[in-house]
Order: sequence, then C-alpha cells, then structure tokens
Amino acid sequence: MIGIFAFIFIMWALMLLGGAAAVIVIDSISISGYDSFDFAFTSAAKAAVVILLISAWVFSLSMIKNRMFQKKAQS
Amino acid sequence: MTELVIPGIISCVVAFFAVYVGTPPLVAYLQKRNFAVRDVNKPGDIMIARPGGPSIILGIVSAEAVLYGFMPSAEILAVVITTVLAFLVGYVDDKKTMGSWFKPVALAFAAAPILLFGAYDSDLAFPLSGHVQIPILYIGVVAFMILIAGNTVNSIDVLNGVASGFMIIAGFSLSASLFILQNYEMALVSLPLGFVSLAFYKYHKIPSKIFPGDSGALGLGAMYGSIAIVGGVEVIAAIAILPAILNSFLFLSSAKRIVEHRQIRIRPVEHTTDMKLKATDKEHAPLTLVRLILARGPMSERQVATAIFKLTAFSGGLAVITALLVAIQ
Repeated sequence: MIGIFAFIFIMWALMLLGGAAAVIVIDSISISGYDSFDFAFTSAAKAAVVILLISAWVFSLSMIKNRMFQKKAQS
Repeated sequence: MTELVIPGIISCVVAFFAVYVGTPPLVAYLQKRNFAVRDVNKPGDIMIARPGGPSIILGIVSAEAVLYGFMPSAEILAVVITTVLAFLVGYVDDKKTMGSWFKPVALAFAAAPILLFGAYDSDLAFPLSGHVQIPILYIGVVAFMILIAGNTVNSIDVLNGVASGFMIIAGFSLSASLFILQNYEMALVSLPLGFVSLAFYKYHKIPSKIFPGDSGALGLGAMYGSIAIVGGVEVIAAIAILPAILNSFLFLSSAKRIVEHRQIRIRPVEHTTDMKLKATDKEHAPLTLVRLILARGPMSERQVATAIFKLTAFSGGLAVITALLVAIQ
C-alpha cells in the first residue's frame, strides 16, 4: 500500500512540475508574420507542445510504474 | 457570501433526501421488474438491483434546481444539462449492450452544453506556476475532461460501495478546494454531488442493495468533470481523483486498448474458497488498482474498499493542498 501512496504522490508532483513546464514553454510561444493566420499557427504550436508534454508525462509515469509495480503485479 | 448560506443548506438537504427517500422505491421497482445483476463477489446467486442512476440524477437535478431558483446562472444550467446527458448515455448502456466506442464518443458530445453556454474560461491554472492560455485547445480539454471523469468513476465501480464512497471523498475535496479559492457559487453547485453520493452510499455500501450502473457512475463523473471546468479547477479536480486515474492508467498500459468490463477475458482478480479477493497469477491479466492492492495477499471486499477510500482521502488531501498553493500564489 505504501508503494501506491508513493506513486500517487509522484503523480501529483509530476503534475505540478508538468504544469510549471507548460506555463514556461506555452506562454512563450507566439508566432507572428502571417497576419490573420498568426492566431491559428500559435494555437497549433501550443497544441503540439501540450501533446508533447502530456506524452512525456505519460512516458515518465510508465517508467516509474514499471519500476515500482512490475514485481508486485507478477507476484 | 452570507446570502448564499440558505440556498446552500436547502440544496444540500434536497440532494441528500431526494436520494435517501427515492432509492428504496427504485430498488423495489427494479427487483420487481427483474432488473438485477449478480454480485460476483458474493457466494451464491445474490441479485442486486441496477441501475441506481435515476435516483442519483433525481437528487442532482432537484438540488441544482433549488440553487438555480435562488441564483439563476448559465453555469448551473451547463453543469446540470451535461450531467443529465451523461446519465442518459449511461442509461442507454445499462439497458442495451453498446460497442466500446459508444461511451467515449457520446460522453465527449455530452460536454457540448458547457461550450454552448460559454460556461468556461480557457485559462488553465497550475499551482505555483500560473496560468496557461490555450483558447482553441481548451475546447478539446472540455470534452476530454467529461470523458475522463465519467469513465474513471465508472471504471472504479468494481466493488460494493466504492464508486459512491469514492465520490463522497472526491466531491467534498472539490467543494473544499472551491471554498479555499473563494469561488463560493461553484462551491455551492458542487456540494450536492457529495451529498447525493453520501445518501446513495447508504444503499450501495457492503452489502449493496443497489448498484449505480453506468447511468449513475457516468452521471456522477460528468457532474464532477463539468464542475471542474466551469469552476476553473481542472488540475485540482484531476488530483482529487488520482486513484481512479491511476486505475485507468494501469489498465490502459497493460491492456493497450479501451475495452468494456464485460470484454475482459482474463479477470485481474479471483476468489479464494472463503470468497476473499485475491490477485490473479495469470500473466496476461490486466493490471488494475484492486489487483495492485491485493498484491500483498487475499483481502475481503470491505478491506479492499477501505484501502481505496484511504487512497482517495490521500489524493483529496493533495487536492486541498494544491488549492491552498493556488490561493497563496
């Protein structure tokens, strides 16, 4: 049970860290020079970065999960 | 804020007693019509009435109608209509076996009232770091939040009393967070969720007299998700339901696809001769939260439910801490 509590705590910490990364990276994205398409390009770039960050979050979590629970699940 | 006290108290009383009084006749009706399913964690053929969604939705709608009478707002309408739509999606699935695509797609569409009423703010708030503006992407976040909240609550509805007990803790954690953030109106809108779950828990706890079914679980989950969006507390709300998210995450990472409960061929949990739950030793069985809890050895259904509630209380505490961090930011 301590392992599950620890994993939930790690999920929480990763959410806070991921949030901080999102704020720093996404807020700094601004594409200009395409007139009326600026907004669309900026949104698309932000969306791509968000998907990348979420993928990184899921991948990190997957690695930690495998390390923490693989033996338990098989026992 | 003082003018909100009376509507708040009345809506909570209505939410609790609508379900408390409404559920026994529903149980009798369902049993009479033979709308019941076998409780697989009990010896013999014990049949339990299902679905309890109608009494849950009665409590939610009547409590929110009281609040709307005192303080009419598009936010309340958005929450209620989204919840009712999710309930209907679940009710269809309760009555008729639908494909595994049905619930995710229909739940995403159930989020439409939030978008149509414009009851959202496209800023995503993160504790300690600030806000992110994602105007177009946020439309996807709205649909995704309803889908995730509905499905995670539904996926944790595996033992007697767990879904309703889980929602009591998560719902009140969300309300506490909204109070901390001084979003009093949405805090009041969220309180009936906890009280409806509390009243339903009386009949759902071990030994269950009724199961919420997909209609009940999706209704509760969608209400939770819509409050998170309309209240602007998406991240905090996600933290409060981390055990359910963990359950879905474990399942998806081991099964590698979205499947319905009934489609699982190798069950992750088995029974001992004295009907205790034990983790399966079959290699290809999906990994779930219950299987993980049972890794230390066989436990009774009540012990597993208590373990899930402890995990939920822990994540609810983390959600409240996060709200405090946002408040002092």
